[in-house]
Amino acid sequence: MGSSSSSRNKIPNAQELMHQTGFSSAHLLRLHDRFESLDRDNRGYLSPDDFEVLGGLAMNPIGGRIIEAFFSSGQDTVDFSSFVRILAHFRPTDRNRNKEGTQQELPSSRTRKLKFAFQLYDLDRDGKISREELLQVLRAMLGLQVTEEQLQSIAERAIQEADLDKDDAISFDEFKKSLEKMDIDTKMSVSFLK
Amino acid sequence: MATLWRFTLFLCMLLMACGGLSLASKEAKTRNTQTETGMASSSNTTGEGGHGGAPITTLPIVTWKWDHISVQYLVALWVLVCWLCKLLIEANHNVTNYIPESALLICSGFILGGMIWGADKVQTFSLSPTVFFYFLLPQIILDSGYHMPNKLFFTNLGAILIHAVIGTCWNAASLGLSLWGCHMGGAMGDLDIGLLQYLLFGSLMAAVDPVAVLAVFDQVHVNEVLFIIVFGESLLNDGVTVVLFNVFDAFVSLGGGRINAAEIIKGIVSFFVVAFGGSLVGIAFGILISLLTRCTKNIQIIEPGFIFVMGYLSYLTAEMLSLSAILSTTFCGVLCQKYVRANMDESSVQTVKYAMKVFANGSETIIFVFLGISAIDKVIWVWNTGFILLTVFFVFVYRFIGVFFLQWILNRYRLVPVELMDMVIMSYGGLRGAVAYGLAVLLDEKKIKEKNLMICTTLIVVYFTVILQGITMKPLVMWLKVKRAAVTEVSLLEKITNKMFNHTLVAIEDISGQIGDNYFRSKWRHFEEKWMTPFLMKPSARKKQDDVFDVFHQLNLKDAMEYVTEGERRGSLEFVRNDSAILDFKKKLESEYTEPDIPPYMINDHGAMFTMGRDHIPSVSLEMHEQTMKAMRGAEAVDVHHLLDQHLYKSRKQYRHGFSRSDFKINRDEKEVQEIFQRTMRNRLESFKSAKMGVSPPKTIVKYSKKEQQEKIPNGKSVSKTKLCHSGDEDFEFSEGDSASGYDSSYPSFSMRATYRPGGGIENPAFVPDLYPTDLLQEIPPWLAESESDSSMVAPSLRAQANLPNSPMEMRRLGLLRASTRSTDTKQMNNDQLPSPPTSPPPPPPPSGQM
Repeated sequence: MGSSSSSRNKIPNAQELMHQTGFSSAHLLRLHDRFESLDRDNRGYLSPDDFEVLGGLAMNPIGGRIIEAFFSSGQDTVDFSSFVRILAHFRPTDRNRNKEGTQQELPSSRTRKLKFAFQLYDLDRDGKISREELLQVLRAMLGLQVTEEQLQSIAERAIQEADLDKDDAISFDEFKKSLEKMDIDTKMSVSFLK
Repeated sequence: MATLWRFTLFLCMLLMACGGLSLASKEAKTRNTQTETGMASSSNTTGEGGHGGAPITTLPIVTWKWDHISVQYLVALWVLVCWLCKLLIEANHNVTNYIPESALLICSGFILGGMIWGADKVQTFSLSPTVFFYFLLPQIILDSGYHMPNKLFFTNLGAILIHAVIGTCWNAASLGLSLWGCHMGGAMGDLDIGLLQYLLFGSLMAAVDPVAVLAVFDQVHVNEVLFIIVFGESLLNDGVTVVLFNVFDAFVSLGGGRINAAEIIKGIVSFFVVAFGGSLVGIAFGILISLLTRCTKNIQIIEPGFIFVMGYLSYLTAEMLSLSAILSTTFCGVLCQKYVRANMDESSVQTVKYAMKVFANGSETIIFVFLGISAIDKVIWVWNTGFILLTVFFVFVYRFIGVFFLQWILNRYRLVPVELMDMVIMSYGGLRGAVAYGLAVLLDEKKIKEKNLMICTTLIVVYFTVILQGITMKPLVMWLKVKRAAVTEVSLLEKITNKMFNHTLVAIEDISGQIGDNYFRSKWRHFEEKWMTPFLMKPSARKKQDDVFDVFHQLNLKDAMEYVTEGERRGSLEFVRNDSAILDFKKKLESEYTEPDIPPYMINDHGAMFTMGRDHIPSVSLEMHEQTMKAMRGAEAVDVHHLLDQHLYKSRKQYRHGFSRSDFKINRDEKEVQEIFQRTMRNRLESFKSAKMGVSPPKTIVKYSKKEQQEKIPNGKSVSKTKLCHSGDEDFEFSEGDSASGYDSSYPSFSMRATYRPGGGIENPAFVPDLYPTDLLQEIPPWLAESESDSSMVAPSLRAQANLPNSPMEMRRLGLLRASTRSTDTKQMNNDQLPSPPTSPPPPPPPSGQM
C-alpha cells in the first residue's frame, strides 16, 4: 500500500471510492490505468464511443445495454468514480469480512447486483420489466435461432412466471423473488475484481 | 408389507436354486477343465447328458443340456439375483433413508456369499478383475461421462485435476511410505513386503471410487460444487491410480536394484502419456460418435446402439494401447453428449439416456453385491491386525490432510472459496471401492507374497469406507449444515437472466480490460460455434441448441402434461370447452380468454381434427379404424384426450415422417449468421448512439418492411426480408393478409398442408427447406443484404417471417394451450398421421375459426 500511495494521489478521492466500492487500492490503480487507456483523448471522462471501440463489446449481444448502464444517469460521459462504481457491482460478494461492520451496502451485495441486472432489462427505467422490454432482451440474445412468435411466447411465459401482482410486468421485487434460488454471487462476479 | 414378505420368500427360493446351480456349475466347470485337459473318460463317467457323451441308442426327445448354457445361464441368473436384491432393498424406504443402498447391497452380498459357502464349502463366485474391468466398469464410466454436467465439470476442472492427480499421488505415496515406516518400526510383525510393494499397495488404495462415491452422494444431495469436485476427482483419479499401479507393478517386477533415475523418469513420462493419450483416444471417439450420429437418421432404430458400441470401443481401444481406459471413456462421453443429443432423434436420446442408466445402475448393483460375496472366502482372510488397522487409519487420515491442504491452496484462486465444512465432506467422501479391489486381485502372487493380506485389507477398507462412512455421511452432512443442493425448478426468467449474466460478465471483462475465465469461456464458445458445431452437429439440430428455448420447451411440455392430466382428471372433454378450466390452467391471461371467439375456435379446431381422424383412416389399417371407431363411439372424450396427449405437444425435435424428412437442407450459412449478427449489433450500437434507447423502431421501418413483403413473397423471396421483420404488434396485424395469400399462391403443390399452413407447422424445421430453398439465400449478394438490413432493428429469424401471417391468432392459441408451437404441429402431425392414399378425398378446408 505504501508504494502505491504516491500514484494513488492521481486518483480523485480514492479513499472515498475504496470505502464505497470495497475495492483495494491496487484494484483502483489497475482500473484507473484501464480508464486512462480507454480515455484516448485524456479528457478525464469516457463517452459511449470509447466503449464501442472495444471489439468484444460489439460482438456482445447485450453490449449496448452494458454500455448504457454506464451512462444511466442520463449524461453522455462517465468519469472515473462512476466507472469504478459500476464495475464494483461485479466484485464477488464479501462474505464475512464486512469491514468495521459498515451498515452501508456495498455495490457487490446481492441486492445491488440484482438491481444492476434488473436495470439491464428495464430500459425505460420505470421500475418494471414490461413484456416489450423482455422481448428486446430475448431478441438480442436468442438472435436468429428462434422465431419471433416463439420469442413472444417465451416472453409471455417468463413474465407470467414472475409476475405476482398480475400487472403484466415484472417489478424489481418480483424479479428478486423469482431469482431467489439463483447463485447471484457467483454468476455476477468477475474473479479478477476480487 | 405382505408383498415384501412374499418377495423375500421368492428371493430365498431363487437363492436356493442358485445354490443348487452353483454346485452344478462347479461340477460343470471341473468337468470342463477335465475335458479340456484330455481326461475325456472321467467326464463321461459323470454322465448327465451333453453332446459328446456315450453313443446314443435311441433318439432322445428331450435332453438335459446344462453344460451348453451353464455359463450364460449363471451370468443371467446372477444378474437377476443382484437386481432382485436391489429391488428388495429399495422396497424398504425407512431403511434406505439411513443406510445407503451400496452398503445394503454389500450386506446382501454377504448373505448370498454365506449361502454359497454353506452349499459349496468354497467360494465359487467372486468378482474377477476381467469381468469387473471389461464388463461392469465401462458401463458406469460411460454413463458418468455421458451424463456429466459439462459446465460444472469444466468450471471446476482445475480443482478436480489437482485433487485427482496430486491428491492421488499424495495418497499413494503417503500410505505406502507410512506403512513401510511402520513395518520397519515393527508394528506388523513378520511380513514379506518391501518398500516397492508398499508403494504398489498404496497406489491401488489411493483412488476414490466413482461407483461408491456416486452411490453415496446420489442419496445425500450435497451442493453441486462439492459434488462435482468429489465425483470428478473420483472419475479422473482412477486413470491416475491405474497408471501408478502399472508403474509400481513394473518397478516391483524390475526389483529394487534396477530402478534408477532413468526408470523413474520413464515412469513419470508414461504417467502423462497414459493419461493424456487416454483422454485423446476418448476425444477421438467422441468426435467419431458425433459424426456418426449425424448420418444415422435412416437407421433410427439402432441409433442409440452406436453410442454404446463406440463408447465401449473407446474403452477397449485405450486399454489396447495401454492408455487410461477410464479417462478415455469419460472424455468420450463428455465430448459427445452435446452433439449426440442434438443430432439424434428425441426418442433415441431418451433411449440412450435410460438404457445407459439401466446398464450403469445394473452393473453398479452387481459390483456391490459381488464385493459382498467376495468377502465370504476363507482363503483371502489373512489377518494382520497391525497392517489392516494402520491401513484403514492412514487411508482416512491422509485423505483429510491431502484434501485440506490442496483445497486450501485452491481456495486462494477460487471466486467462491469452498467452505471448511465442504472440505470435511470432501475428505469424508473419499470412498474406496471396486476399482481398488479389482486391482488388488490383479496383483501377481509370485511377486507379492502377501497378496491375500492385501486383498483382505482392501476389502476391509472398502467396507469401512462404503458402509461406515456411507452410513454416517448423511448425518454428518446434516450436522455440519453443509449447503445442500437446492431443488431447482427451472424458470424461464432465471434462464434468461443467467444467459444475460454470462454476456454481462464477458462485457465487463472487456471493459475492465482483463482476461478472465469468462473471456476464455466466451472464446471457447466462439470456437465451438465456429468449428466444432458445424462439423459435428446436424445443420437442422444446430438451430435448436439454445438453452433458453430448451427450457421454454420443457416448461411447455410440462404444462401440457399437467393440462392433459388435469383434463383427464375431470374426466371429459370439458376441459377443452370449459372456460373456467382454461382459466384455471392459465391463470394470468384472463383478458385473452374472455374473448368470446376463443373457446369456439378451440372446439372447432379439435372438432376438425376429430372428423379428419374419422374420415381419412386409410384402408390399410382397417382394423385399427374399426377399433378407433368403436372407441370413439364408446368414449369420444377419452379419445380426444388421447389424441391431445399423443399429438398435441410433440416436441419440435421430432422428425416428421414423410417427404421432408429426407431433404434436410436448412443451411443457413453460418458465416451469414455471424455477419447478420455483427451487423445487428452495430446497428444497435448506432441506434443507441442516436436515440439513446432503441425501444421502438421508427415508423419508416415498418413501412419499408411491409412494402418488401408485398413485393417479395409472391416469388418466394421472403428470405431476404427476414432481416427486416420485427415484432411490433401492429405490423403483425397489418401484414397478415397479404403475406398469407402469398404463401398460398407460392406453394400450391402442398395443397394438403397448405390448407393447414395458417395453423402452423411452419416453424417445424422439417418444413423450412420447403419454404426457403437454400439457393435463395445465395441469391442475395452480401451488399444487397447489407443495404436491406440497414433498417433492421433486430433480425429475429428466417422463420419468424413465415409466422407473421397468423401470429395474432397463433398467439391467442398459444395463450390457451400454453404449448406454443407444439399446438400448431399437432394439426400437422395429425394430418401426417393419416397418410392419405391417392384415392382419399382431399382434406376438408380449414376450419373457419382459423383465419
